[in-house]
Amino acid sequence: MIEAFALLLLCQLAGEILSHGFGLPMPGPVIGLLILFAGLVIAQNFGKASAASINDTALGRATQGLLQHLSLLFVPAGVGMIDHLHLLQTFGPILFLALFVSTALSLAVTALTFTAVKSWRSPRRAS
Amino acid sequence: MTPAFDLWVYLASTPLLWLTVTLIVWIAADRIALASGRHPVVNPVLLSIIALGTLLIVTHTSFATYFQGAQFVHFLLGPAIVAIAIPLYRNLDKVRENLLPMIAALVMGSVTAVVSALAVAAYFGLPDPVLAALAPKSVTAGVAMGIAEQFGGEAALTAVLVVTTGLLGAIMVTPLMNALGLKDYAARGFAAGLAAHGIGTARAFVVDEVAGTFAGIAMALNAVMTALILPLILYWFLK
Repeated sequence: MIEAFALLLLCQLAGEILSHGFGLPMPGPVIGLLILFAGLVIAQNFGKASAASINDTALGRATQGLLQHLSLLFVPAGVGMIDHLHLLQTFGPILFLALFVSTALSLAVTALTFTAVKSWRSPRRAS
Repeated sequence: MTPAFDLWVYLASTPLLWLTVTLIVWIAADRIALASGRHPVVNPVLLSIIALGTLLIVTHTSFATYFQGAQFVHFLLGPAIVAIAIPLYRNLDKVRENLLPMIAALVMGSVTAVVSALAVAAYFGLPDPVLAALAPKSVTAGVAMGIAEQFGGEAALTAVLVVTTGLLGAIMVTPLMNALGLKDYAARGFAAGLAAHGIGTARAFVVDEVAGTFAGIAMALNAVMTALILPLILYWFLK
């Protein structure tokens, strides 16, 4: 449990160092994700990790707990909006409309493109 | 001063009070969401933000005081993002199978997210700094604020727009995907992460692990994609 958490923090720390050190357009935790992922793939090549059993390890259990409650972790930053609500006074309704239209469109376009390309590929593979 | 007031002054200044309140409000909000059968409109993040925000305003508590306690929850966001490596590793076969659909969806979705928001805002004649703050709203907050500032947008406004986008996406994604008849959890999750970053990804993990994994990938890819394409698109919209 402690080892698993230390490993997650270590990867994040390495990610932050790379992100800030090189001014990368990727946040530290995302780079940390890639580092941990690469580590797992390397460990698998040495027979130390497998996709089938990863959830039964301490690391697997710790991450399942964290990811099940991922939504909770966005609450404090969300509450921070109350300090800046005055910024919405002038253009609030228009901005909300822009966000509403854009979010619906980008969800639809992304999912439809994904499934269209997938179904265009799979019949070819079957033949 | 009354003893009760003294006690309040003491408690209100310790991290313990607002950390505890945050967790209790979350548990209540999550129970309400569960009682609704995880109905997408009953979003526990939105409920918690409204309840806690109201509580802070009623008790005249500043966000800085609140955050002294809530920062312990906020801090876990970093390790939680790193933790997405595990479902990614577990579902690597599915990710490999969907490489081409992911690349196509990333390009189309990323452009749509930026262009559609700017088109609506420019139609109503919003000033340039507001357009710059709005453009990266689908990207995870830290990156979005950096991009906005580069083009003269206010980072605080971007933060508000990013959170609102995340909540809208988390609420919309399930009914919208059902209406479109899309049943592939890889596609649904990828859309949630691309359009609504971490809050969309959190919603996806509640629905399905595969959806959550693809959402996490989309969130990471779109942060990079938007940083690359946004300058080109914004160029056409700024006066």
